[in-house]
Order: sequence, then C-alpha cells, then structure tokens
Amino acid sequence: MSNADPRDQLVEHLPAMRAFAMSLTRNSAVADDMVQDTLVKAWTKIDKFEAGTNLRAWLFTILRNTYYSNRRKANREVADVDGVFTESLSQKPDHDGRLQMADFQRAFVQLPDEQREALILVGASGFSYDEAAETCDVAVGTMKSRVNRGRKQLAELMGLNADEAMELTDSATMSVVTSRGNGALR
Amino acid sequence: MANDSKKQTGGDTIDENLKRVYDDMLSQDVPDRFKDLLAQLKAQDDAEDQSGGEK
Repeated sequence: MSNADPRDQLVEHLPAMRAFAMSLTRNSAVADDMVQDTLVKAWTKIDKFEAGTNLRAWLFTILRNTYYSNRRKANREVADVDGVFTESLSQKPDHDGRLQMADFQRAFVQLPDEQREALILVGASGFSYDEAAETCDVAVGTMKSRVNRGRKQLAELMGLNADEAMELTDSATMSVVTSRGNGALR
Repeated sequence: MANDSKKQTGGDTIDENLKRVYDDMLSQDVPDRFKDLLAQLKAQDDAEDQSGGEK
C-alpha cells in the first residue's frame, strides 16, 4: 500500500503542464500564470483527486478549465500569440523529408483551441482517446473527430497535399519521397 | 480495405511533428517560481497542521 501524498508528485508534472498550457495559450507568460493557478487549485483540492487514477489527466483538466474560463472572461477570439513556438524552441537542423518545424508551428497555432488540445493530448502526449475525451469532458467520438479534423487542417495549412500524402502506402515509396525532402534535388 | 494504412501515413507525419513540438516544450527548464510556490504551499500546510491541531 502506498499512502504517498499525490501533492508530492505535482513537481514531476510541471514540464507537461507547461507544455500543455503553452500549446493552449501559445503565449509563455500566460501559460505560466495558468500553470501557477492550476498548481494552487490542485494543491487545495487534492482531496478531489481519486488516488490511483491518472494525476496528469486530472491536472490537465484543471488547466484547461482555467484556460477556457479565462477565455470566456476575456471574451475575445484572438489570442495573444507570442513567438513561443518559433523563438524559444530549439531549432534542430531540418532533415530531408521532414516538415519544416517553423512552418509546422505556424500552422499549429492557427488551429482552433479544441483541435490543438486534441492533437496535443492524443497525438503528442500519448493520451488514449478515452483519457483525452474524459480530460476535455466530451464523448470519445467527438474527441476522435477533433483529432481527425485537426490533422486534416494541419496538412492543408502546411500545403501538404493531404490526399497525396495519404496515398503513399508502401514504405519503399515513402523512403524515396522522404530522402528527396521538399523537392530539393541533390 | 487498405484505406486505414493509407490514412496512417499522412497522420504519422503530422504526429511526428507534433511530438517534436511537444518534446521541445517538455524539455524546457521549469522556472524556479513553481518549485518555490510548491514549497510555499507545503510550508503553509505544515504551519496550519502545527498551530491548528484540530483541523
């Protein structure tokens, strides 16, 4: 039996909370304020956390509730997007065949909130559709369609011919295309 | 139908990039303010436990 205080584990989730907050707000200062609010809420309401369940999902739920209630209060659609995605991220050298990161980030920040969070939860942070649906308080089918729409829209914004990309089935074809990169002839 | 595997390829490219963005954010240093805040919350609770006694 472990009677560890889940509050002692909060610190381990800080990087993930900040990453999720940044992908929601797209503004590092706002994201950090939100993480701070979330930490205080989590600390004081820790008795609402069911021991043995997913602490990260619980924290993400608080985080996104904070975000959406702030957004309602602010009552504006245009977010104050700072350069967090393009400036503070270490830019790795672009490899042939990979999407240019800066382009990808520019496309990503344009997605609607619901699609961004769905993609981050399911596509990046490894939540199952069930966990993501619960975190966002929607039906699993809704979560799946948000993820699908988000992927499709990203592909479109990236100028990726979504249909073409999706036609590539066998890995040999894929590796040829990949080694060619963005049409650069070498 | 082979439809699923076709869709998978485009999705993989997107997901790979999503993971890179997310992992980049994950690897950023956490500012001290958060650890300070947690320490402060803990200290408050400890002080209440000691002085309050009967909760």
